[in-house]
Amino acid sequence: MSKIKKVKLSPASDVKIKNEADPTGHSSMWDSYNQASYMDQTKPGLDEKLVRFISREKKEPAWMLERRLASLKLYQEMSLPNWGPDLSRLRLDQITYYAKATDKQSQTWADVPMDIKNTFAKLGIPKAEQEILAGVGAQYESTVIYHSLKEQYREQGVIFEDLDVALSQHEELVKKYFMRVVPPTLHKFAALHGAVWSGGTFLYIPKGVKVDLPLQAYFRMNAKGMGQFEHTLIIVEEEAQAHYIEGCSAPRYGVDSLHAGCVEIFVKDRARFRYSSVESWSKDAYNLNTKRALVNTDAHMEWVGGNFGSNVTMLYPCSVLIGEGASADHLGVAFANQGQIQDTGAKVIHQAPNTSSNIVMKSISKGGGQAIYRGLIDIAEGASGAVSNIKCDALILDDQSSSDTIPLIKIKNATAVLAHEASAGRLNEEDIFYLRSRGLSEGAASAMIVNGFIEPIVKELPLEYAVEMNRMVELEMENSVG
Amino acid sequence: MDILILKNLSVSVGDRIILDNINLKIKSGSTCVIMGPNGSGKSTLANVLMGHPAYRIDSGQIIFKGVDITAKKPEERAALGLFLAWQQPREIAGLDFYPFLFDAYKSLEKARGQKTSDVFAFKKRLDEEIAKLKISGDWSKRYLNQGFSGGEKKKSEMLQLALFKPSLAIFDEIDSGLDVDALQVVGRALKRFKQKNTSALVVTHYVRILQYLSADKVIVMSKGRIIKSGGPALAKQLEKEGFSNITD
Repeated sequence: MSKIKKVKLSPASDVKIKNEADPTGHSSMWDSYNQASYMDQTKPGLDEKLVRFISREKKEPAWMLERRLASLKLYQEMSLPNWGPDLSRLRLDQITYYAKATDKQSQTWADVPMDIKNTFAKLGIPKAEQEILAGVGAQYESTVIYHSLKEQYREQGVIFEDLDVALSQHEELVKKYFMRVVPPTLHKFAALHGAVWSGGTFLYIPKGVKVDLPLQAYFRMNAKGMGQFEHTLIIVEEEAQAHYIEGCSAPRYGVDSLHAGCVEIFVKDRARFRYSSVESWSKDAYNLNTKRALVNTDAHMEWVGGNFGSNVTMLYPCSVLIGEGASADHLGVAFANQGQIQDTGAKVIHQAPNTSSNIVMKSISKGGGQAIYRGLIDIAEGASGAVSNIKCDALILDDQSSSDTIPLIKIKNATAVLAHEASAGRLNEEDIFYLRSRGLSEGAASAMIVNGFIEPIVKELPLEYAVEMNRMVELEMENSVG
Repeated sequence: MDILILKNLSVSVGDRIILDNINLKIKSGSTCVIMGPNGSGKSTLANVLMGHPAYRIDSGQIIFKGVDITAKKPEERAALGLFLAWQQPREIAGLDFYPFLFDAYKSLEKARGQKTSDVFAFKKRLDEEIAKLKISGDWSKRYLNQGFSGGEKKKSEMLQLALFKPSLAIFDEIDSGLDVDALQVVGRALKRFKQKNTSALVVTHYVRILQYLSADKVIVMSKGRIIKSGGPALAKQLEKEGFSNITD
């Protein structure tokens, strides 16, 4: 097993890009994928043997194998969530839990395999940005293939690495933080993740260091029936500041794909951190992702997220405000198109005095898609003076589509101040006519209005991501009118 | 040659007839003024000409530049050279003003079979028009009409009029709610527009806008019908006497 096929770098004609037609007649940017012939040796299903194999393959220390096995036991004992979208069609025994695409880390852009570059090109990711951005990590299959970081940050002590590499080079740091804010006991998919996690990013910002440019990783899932279990572990030391952004995209396949990634962020005293992500999974993927941040005294955490694609997404980034004066902003956009359920939201647990949270979520549903805001605000007894503002806006584009708001609020301290505001609406016909009277097609006019609706969140993203998100909306809006 | 011909045009919404057998011809290069009390159907006519999807055309034809546009989409009418300056322009939250202008500009160029401008050429033209309209403040940071004052909204319409180069522009109550200064700016924009041998259909309550335009034709509407038609003298008479003498 684990014979690895090297991917040729050139010429481009070696690379075949397939376009698989969607039986629904709905095609999109997610529907193209590259051939992945190196998957031959991997088989679907999960048992102790596989977990031991993964750990051995990665030459992990014994404690990591122990944690994996403990997680596997939890996974086997736990049941699926008894709330939220129906997961009964998810065939957990049909998922491939581990795969590798290349055998080593690429050092420069020139070393990145051509088929991966082609996929990036299809997604319209500008090459030029790579040089501007501080660091680039791209996860292809389960192995990070491209990583670079500007020398100045390395000199400041910033660590931006593939998590597998970090595990061998910075073992004590990883051991101290790994799955401490998202423990495997949290839910079945956290346990699954703990057992089979593979690849991902490790980011460490030392005390007082401020990184101005966003650090970036680009994820991609590209093999039939393959699950992806990348782990992002971020530690932002006291008074440090940084912005990390990751995006995911996946081509479409006939077999259900599972994504159960995990993001853990530790924001120390007086530090500031922003985590942005744009996720656009293939339309048959289950995206069951867990993201949590632990926010200390006077520290600030920001989540900015866009969720597109997937069959079912369940994602509720969580901020645990454990230090006095800690605060969190959660900004999110979800687009539920035909056959899709976007069950997304935010959780904030206020555990200390004078903590504050601000949640702004916008959803769009179309063609029978369901967009659900599911949120939790939990204000503990000791969290006096806590403030939370929640604002959810839904745009429902047709009669077949729906939107729901399910806010759960637990307040155990009488001094808490909480405001919840929700709105749901349609596209305004007069607005569309106004734009059409200026020569724009009905589809273009609608896309402009939808992009305007999510603009307050999109403008928080770096420009190239904002442009890409606007393009995704345009693609989703295609064929919507006729 | 007539730029616009309406033949026996009848329009309804639901079971209500709102335009009843309208016949009208507008000569190329001329200015036609439509007056009438509130609810007479004059603003409806403006919207129907632009192709508002809420109205059902029961019978008749709209011929624009010799083309039957009765069944054409609003964007197709815009491409052919029709423009509607709105009474209450829409505010589109989150839609960046200048990129919107550029997108619409390119759409029109493309539909008209012209070479599409690059962003630099467009920006040059935009800056020229902004200067002519005496637009103060930076609109590049604003969303389309969002939070604009009444006067700014009308200037926004005049800016689009100048950029999109229609051959027939319909002005729906362009002079309503404007202070004297704004009226002057809008009036001058109208004058500049008319210098290019273009045609105008001016829907208005007041004749004060006519100091910037010489009306070639004046028609009066009431209850969805054209009840009177005449020359510039008719407008003066209406200003003095009001509509009640005619419409009752």
